[in-house]
Amino acid sequence: MTAILQVHEVSKRFGGFLALSNVSCEVAEGRIHAVIGPNGAGKSTLLNIISGVISPTSGNVAFVGQEYTGGRPDTIHGMGIARNFQHVRLFKGLSVLENVMIGSDAQTNAGTWSDVVDFVLPFRPGDAATQAHEALQFVGMGKQGNRAIDQLTLVDQRRVEIARALASRPRLLLLDEPAGGMSPSEVQDLTGVVRHIQRAGVTVLLVEHHMRFVMTLAEWITVLDAGRVIADGVPETVRRDPAVISAYIGTSA
Amino acid sequence: MFEGYWGSVAIFFGINVLMAFSLYFPMTAGLISLGQGGFMAIGAYASAVLTKSGMPFWIAVGIGGLLAALSGIVVGIPAIRIRGIYLIILTLGFGEIVRVFFLNFAFTGGASGIGGMAPYTNLAWVASACLLTSLVAWRHRYARMGRAMIAVHADEVAAQAMGVNVVRAKLTAFAVGAFIAGVAGAFYAHYTLFIDSAQFGFLRSADAFLFVVLGGIANPLGPIAGAAVVTLTPEIFRFLQDWRMTFFGALLIAVALWRPDGLVTAIRTRQ
Repeated sequence: MTAILQVHEVSKRFGGFLALSNVSCEVAEGRIHAVIGPNGAGKSTLLNIISGVISPTSGNVAFVGQEYTGGRPDTIHGMGIARNFQHVRLFKGLSVLENVMIGSDAQTNAGTWSDVVDFVLPFRPGDAATQAHEALQFVGMGKQGNRAIDQLTLVDQRRVEIARALASRPRLLLLDEPAGGMSPSEVQDLTGVVRHIQRAGVTVLLVEHHMRFVMTLAEWITVLDAGRVIADGVPETVRRDPAVISAYIGTSA
Repeated sequence: MFEGYWGSVAIFFGINVLMAFSLYFPMTAGLISLGQGGFMAIGAYASAVLTKSGMPFWIAVGIGGLLAALSGIVVGIPAIRIRGIYLIILTLGFGEIVRVFFLNFAFTGGASGIGGMAPYTNLAWVASACLLTSLVAWRHRYARMGRAMIAVHADEVAAQAMGVNVVRAKLTAFAVGAFIAGVAGAFYAHYTLFIDSAQFGFLRSADAFLFVVLGGIANPLGPIAGAAVVTLTPEIFRFLQDWRMTFFGALLIAVALWRPDGLVTAIRTRQ
């Protein structure tokens, strides 16, 4: 399997706090890859570095062999890496469908001129709204497009965020604790959605606390603890790794 | 029908609607400006000089708007990096710089201002400009760029992570707003037929701010409603004329308390 994403010796320092220390890992194309670890292990920091929201202090990241460390988030999104947020960050003032359209807009966005064309010639066939609607259907929110986001439950807001990420048709989807606050049956639904996403040819990099969710879905697991990689491998190996058991599974289960 | 006194009210109302839209566009992208009077001054002075040297009115209006838009981009480049109170201070400073510039710029009459423009502005011009701007604003709300601006306003980090070019969205918002203020200034100059720098000071910028805060930016009816309330109320209730700023100050507080999104709130999302 070829690596779609390579993280190479990435470190991130916030003042005196070393959030990530020489983290290296590879995400194979087509896989569901999970990053787990106790609170404060640096999982979200890693996701923020991969999506360009923050820059690493040292080290680099490459997508399909192309290094892009320090690139702008919108450029990185344009390369085919989309994400959600651990704390839902939808756009107030836009409807559910319009929120998702922000994701699909990016696909056709080619500068100020294309904005002018879009302004003058609205409602082209196969436009952003159709793509956004498909993405909403994908997460089971197809009928909620016209609602305001503050009318949705937190769980539905998470679904909309996933749709917004999918609407740009990414090659790599970053999911930051998508199962947060979900009931067991909702987690089961989400498991189906993530599998469906994988079948559509999208690689998924998942950060998650919910162990059952991770163990059912993930084909590869990287374990972080205090900013370091302490294990990296298939779930069966990781589960039995003594370092992992003492750092994470041993304390929570 | 619209002649004499009410005709004049209608034209000032139209110019105020344009000024309200000049702030509406930046505000949809989360940019607050207290310097729209500066852009208006640039459009007013530039078009006055141009028509006095024989240029057709409509071309002078366009050039006035474009010069204002250009200065909007120049101001916008530092403005996109800052927010909140600092952005207000920066735009306030810009408005003052423009005012003091025209106060001292001998070519446009300095302190004695510039007069003798032909009375080109009429209700047809102003009404067409208002109608066109409203249509643009309405289409903009449901076009890609408009969505991007609202997304930037709501959450800049998330918008950028979803592929929105934040710098372009903000600069476009600023430039479009400045263009409209420049056009409003050009109409103003060719209606009052005399302009000096004092007419484009802080109060002019504060008026635009008042229109948009009162009306809200949830949809393009907001700036129109805000301009209507501020322009027409003192005309209908004459006794309010002396208490104008007191009345609107109180109204502003009431809106901030009970309708923080403005008098016209989102129609689509409140069903």
